[in-house]
Amino acid sequence: MTETLLEIDHLSVDYETGRGDLKALRDITFDVNKGEIVGIVGESGCGKSTLISSILRLTAPNTRFREGEIRFKGQDLLQASERHMRDLRGADMSIVFQDPMQTHNPVLTIGQQMLDIQHRSKQSKADKLAHAAKMLGAVGIPDPEARLKQYPHEFSGGMRQRIAIAMALMSEPDLLIADEPTTALDATLEVQIIERLQELQREFHCAILFISHHLGVIAELCDRVVVMYAGAVVESGDVREIFHDPKHPYTRRLIECDPGHIKERARVLPTIPGEVPDLANLPEGCIFRDRCDQAMSRCATEVPPLDQLKEGHHAACWLNHEEVTT
Amino acid sequence: MSLLNVVGLKTSYGPVNVLAGVSFTVEPGETYALVGESGSGKTTVIRAIAGLAPAQDGSVTFEGQEIRGAPESVMRPLRKDMTMMFQDPVGSLSPRLTIRSLITEPYRIQGMKDRDLDAEAKRLLEMVNLPTHFADRYPYQLSGGQARRVGVARALALEPKLILADEPTAGLDVSVQGELLNLLNDLRERLGLAMVIITHNLSVVRHVADRMGIMYLGRLVEEGTTETIFNDPRHPYTRCLLSANPEPDPDARLERIALKGEPPSLLKRPSGCEFRERCPFAKDICTQTPEWEVNSGHGLRCLAPLS
Ligand SMILES: Nc1ncnc2c1ncn2[C@@H]1O[C@H](COP(=O)(O)OP(=O)(O)OP(=O)(O)O)[C@@H](O)[C@H]1O
Ligand SMILES: Nc1ncnc2c1ncn2[C@@H]1O[C@H](COP(=O)(O)OP(=O)(O)O)[C@@H](O)[C@H]1O
Ligand code: SF4
Ligand code: SF4
Ligand SMILES: [Mg+2]
Ligand SMILES: [Mg+2]
Repeated sequence: MTETLLEIDHLSVDYETGRGDLKALRDITFDVNKGEIVGIVGESGCGKSTLISSILRLTAPNTRFREGEIRFKGQDLLQASERHMRDLRGADMSIVFQDPMQTHNPVLTIGQQMLDIQHRSKQSKADKLAHAAKMLGAVGIPDPEARLKQYPHEFSGGMRQRIAIAMALMSEPDLLIADEPTTALDATLEVQIIERLQELQREFHCAILFISHHLGVIAELCDRVVVMYAGAVVESGDVREIFHDPKHPYTRRLIECDPGHIKERARVLPTIPGEVPDLANLPEGCIFRDRCDQAMSRCATEVPPLDQLKEGHHAACWLNHEEVTT
Repeated sequence: MSLLNVVGLKTSYGPVNVLAGVSFTVEPGETYALVGESGSGKTTVIRAIAGLAPAQDGSVTFEGQEIRGAPESVMRPLRKDMTMMFQDPVGSLSPRLTIRSLITEPYRIQGMKDRDLDAEAKRLLEMVNLPTHFADRYPYQLSGGQARRVGVARALALEPKLILADEPTAGLDVSVQGELLNLLNDLRERLGLAMVIITHNLSVVRHVADRMGIMYLGRLVEEGTTETIFNDPRHPYTRCLLSANPEPDPDARLERIALKGEPPSLLKRPSGCEFRERCPFAKDICTQTPEWEVNSGHGLRCLAPLS
């Protein structure tokens, strides 16, 4: 039976700015089940990082939680104490960032940093080092005992990212959040990281929330996909349905734009003309309307709700409504 | 005459041989892609061409003129014809300058005082499809895609014949990436621009490059037309690289050929074929050193090429 680990429930988050409130997230709803890999895709600025920092409660000072709940193992994180959040972040949920140097302290050896992460553990130093070496081995770093004595700059970019993953998994979290962890890497390293994450997921059964705008990586790694546009979920569902039978024009265009989809050399690559609307000054009606090639008259005035089209597949577009009603 | 002719280019930092003899040519109007794992020396190649990294040996000729190791007094006027485009062209520039100042800075650097900078700014913004009122904006007021366009405008200000572009689309959304590549393709046709492009996105290479070179440990191991390389890769390393391209299809049958281990240290280059320890197709003969061989435009450095 699937057990829900993380529930994002009608979450709305604003940033207070000089120009008024910027509605960075609006009515976000989706779940992550235990042991599941969920991908979040969307253009830059669509709110992916805001969502993650909200889950971790590491938001910028001008953040306002307007509405909704974030429940982790049933508990509302937005109501939890600072102290409780700190405990959760080290133990039950952890994060891997885009730039591994953000994780590593350049003046400490990898071994020292891996010891520091275990400061809460009562084990002896030797046991902690052994655990660190075991985790480095698990992410495919050869000769881990010797490597613990080295500094971050002595590793290649791909190794540093794998070490960041090892560190994130030290506490055997139930949820691993990865914010574009492969964007800075070349394709061979990217593939290594994906394969490693899949193995680790099987071995440690942690759920992974994987943020990326690389559709190839999402298609390969994830069980389910949440598509975000301009601060809202426009579609979510099983990875196969999203890629083979998208029910929102934005999802469809996003997939069409991926050059990996176009096998013949194209002189002109498809794009989605236009820009994400100003979130401090939201347009009426469907948020995607001025870029949508299928917009109808009602799209200009009415916001399409996120409908369940079938078990586990949701989309927010009036086109699906026409189908349902006719 | 080729626009750019690189022969046996070598770069070392102290004992580390980063480039161990790189050779390739770029014709006018041609796009040439360099691909290879992180650390294989791609950035060093284009930095050495531009005179921004040392090059102890070999030759680089641009329009017939030898420029390897040329002093800044020779390189500066050439930067008019040969410009570099970086991954984050705007982020690395002063946030206090307006877009107008940023894109017309090359004229000031070249001391071209007779230019009407307002008119040039307008022309450049139009060329990259940005509204002309963007001239008064500051970098932080641009989206990622717009910022890249400003980077292109700046690189094109002096109407170069060659652009050296290092990961110009890394980190961009697919739609914005498509826009930028369309823009570059378009300018290439209209202005006859040639380009050396480094990217780790092989799908991008397939759409923009006429020819491509695959680098390993500071050397080319295979080179050919993009079509040939994608349809008929002969070098095992190329095969591995091409198979490591995640497809945007959850049901794609991936016949992935795993690369074993990490690239060896440049301080301990393996004997024989330098790819030998990681090569899934290595034979006994591979303890010998493979030579660079060219057959009808397809270059290869392998003793047991795949068919
Ligand atoms: N200034 C330097 N001093 C010493 N070593 C250097 C220097 N610049 C580059 N290197 C080394 O030269 C090798 C090639 O580096 P280069 O930046 O050209 O790789 P690349 O192919 O562009 O990799 P990536 O895909 O990661 O950008 C690497 O081993 C790198 O560590
Ligand atoms: N501290 C902040 N103050 C004001 N606006 C912000 C802040 N952080 C992010 N934003 C804005 O919120 C929106 C979503 O940003 P972000 O979550 O970083 O998107 P993504 O990670 O998907 O690129 C963007 O419009 C961004 O400019
Ligand atoms: S609701 Fe209308 S405008 Fe919005 S995505 Fe659907 S068809 Fe396009
Ligand atoms: S020479 Fe041998 S080891 Fe080297 S790439 Fe060719 S087959 Fe592999
Ligand atoms: Mg982000
Ligand atoms: Mg580089």
